[in-house]
Amino acid sequence: MQHSRVMGIETEYGISVPGDPHANPVLMSSQIVNGYAMGEPGLSHARWDYEEENPLRDARGFTLARESADASQLTDDDVGMANLILTNGARLYVDHAHPEYSSPEVTNPRDVLLWDKAGEIVMAEAARRAARMPGAVPINLYKNNTDNKGASYGTHENYLMRRSTPFSEIVKHLTPFFVSRQVICGQGRVGLGQQGTDEGFQISQRADFFEVEVGLETTLKRPIINTRDEPHADAEKYRRLHVIIGDANLAEVAGLLKVGTTSLVLSMIEEGFLGEDLGILRPVHELHAVSHDPDLAHRIDLRDGRSVTAIELQREYCDVAHKFVEDRWGSDVDESTTEILSRWRQVLDDLDEDPTRLTDQLDWVAKRQILEGYRTRDSLSWSDARLQLVDLQYSDIRPDKGIYQRLVAAGRMQRIVSDDQIRRAVLDAPEDTRAWFRGECVRRYGPQVSAASWDSVIFDIPGRASLQRVPMLEPLRGTRAHVGALLERCETAVELVDALTSA
Amino acid sequence: MSAQETGGQKHAERREEEVEEAPVENTDVTERHEALSEDVDAILDEIDEVLEENAEEFVRAFVQKGGE
Repeated sequence: MQHSRVMGIETEYGISVPGDPHANPVLMSSQIVNGYAMGEPGLSHARWDYEEENPLRDARGFTLARESADASQLTDDDVGMANLILTNGARLYVDHAHPEYSSPEVTNPRDVLLWDKAGEIVMAEAARRAARMPGAVPINLYKNNTDNKGASYGTHENYLMRRSTPFSEIVKHLTPFFVSRQVICGQGRVGLGQQGTDEGFQISQRADFFEVEVGLETTLKRPIINTRDEPHADAEKYRRLHVIIGDANLAEVAGLLKVGTTSLVLSMIEEGFLGEDLGILRPVHELHAVSHDPDLAHRIDLRDGRSVTAIELQREYCDVAHKFVEDRWGSDVDESTTEILSRWRQVLDDLDEDPTRLTDQLDWVAKRQILEGYRTRDSLSWSDARLQLVDLQYSDIRPDKGIYQRLVAAGRMQRIVSDDQIRRAVLDAPEDTRAWFRGECVRRYGPQVSAASWDSVIFDIPGRASLQRVPMLEPLRGTRAHVGALLERCETAVELVDALTSA
Repeated sequence: MSAQETGGQKHAERREEEVEEAPVENTDVTERHEALSEDVDAILDEIDEVLEENAEEFVRAFVQKGGE
C-alpha cells in the first residue's frame, strides 16, 4: 500500500549583487529568470494563467475584500513579470523581489526532495546564464529565508487535503507539531530577533518572523497556520494546505523528513487518528523559545498543565504515526513511508543522546558545528561578521562557494537522491501527476503553449480565433499512464487540441 | 572534557568522596568527540578557502526586500 499525497514546495531565493546593496531586486530577479530562458528556447513566451487563482480566499470561509488587502497579498496581479514554465512541470518566476522556483506536484516525500533539489540546479544554472548577458553583473543566489536585517522570504510547502477535514482539527493538531518540528528541519541562524540584533545562534531561520497563530497573511503578521484557500484543484473535493512556517533546507535528510513527517501527521488528522490534544498555552512564544534554545532543554507549557520539550512533543507524534501506519497497513507499507518512520525516530533519539551524530543530516546541526568550530579556533563572539558570513554562505548555491555544497563535495552530508536523479528531474516532470502533462506540453508543443497554470494549459493555435484552454482540475490526471499514449500520437498542438475537443 | 575526568578508576574515587553530580563520560564518546574536533578543524580549513573576503562589508551589503 502506497501512502501518497499530492505535494510541492515553492522557494524564494535570496538575491544580491556582491557589494551593491542598492541593486534593484526585481530587475535582478528578472535577469535570473530570463537568463534561464536564454538556454531553453521555446519556454520564454508562456504566460501564467491567473483565471483560477484567488489568494484572498480564506479557509475559514470568507474572502478578503481586495481594497482591504495589502498590495503584497495581490499575488495574481503581476502580469508582465518574468515567468517560465519548465519541462519538468515547475514554475520559475519573479515573486515580489525574489526569483522563485515552484516545484511540480509530486505524490511522495522523496519526490518533493528530488524536484526541490532540481530547483537548486535550475537557479544555479540561471545565475550562470544571466552572468553571460551583455553588460551583466554577477548575481548571487541563496537558499535561505532572511537577510538578518528584518526581511524574511518564504519556503512554502503545499499539501493537498480532503475538503471534508474540518479546518479547526488541522489548527488544533498541526500547531504543536509546527512549533516543535524545527528541531529537525531548521536551517540554523546567527542572531536573535527579526533584525538579528541580539547575539546568539538559533535553530530556525523563520521562527522570529511569526507573530500570530492563524491567519491569511504571508508577508506581515505571519501566522503559524496559514489559511490561504486556493486549492488549484476541484474545491469541492480538496483544499491545499499552504504551509509557510518552514525553513528552506539544503540537507537532504532534513528536507525529506520535513515533508514526510508533515504529510503523515496530515493523514492522521484526516483519519481522526490523533486523539490526544497537545495544545500549547502560548504557541508563538514557544515557537521563538524553542528556536532560541539549540541545547534543546526548553520546556513548552501545554494547556493541560504539562510541560514538555520539543523532542518529547515530536516523539508523541512519531509514536502515534508508527501506530497509525501499523493500524492501517500492517506490514503492507511502502518503502518510502517506512524510511520516514524509522529516520524520524532515529533522529529524535540522536537529538536526545548526542546531536553531533546528526552533523551529516540536519542543516542547523551542521551549521552550528562549523560556527562553534570558528568560535573556538578564532575566539569569535556571536556578533562577529565572519560568523554571519558563514551563516549566509552556507546557503550560497554555487558549487564552488556554498558551504553546504562544499560539505557535500567532501562527502560530509548524507544523500537521499543521486546527482543523476537530480539532473533528470531538472528536465523531466514527475510521471504520476498532472505536472507530467504540463511539462510535456511545454517540451513538445512549446511555441503553441500560450499560458499555463497549476490547473490549466492554454494553447494558441495558428488560424484559430480563440485560445484553447485545457483545464486540469484533477491533480492525479494528466499522468504519463493517463495521457502518455495520446501525446505520442499527437505530433502537433493542433492534433492534441483536436483530439481533446473531439473526445 | 579533559582525559583525567573520565574512566572508571577516577569515578570510583569520586564515589568515596561522595561527589554526586560528576558526569560519567563514556570513554568511547570522549574519543569520538576528540576525533570530531580534529575533523571540524579540517572542515574549517576547507571553508577558509572559499569564504568571501571582507566579511563585514559582504554581510552588510546583503539586503533583501520582503517576499512571499
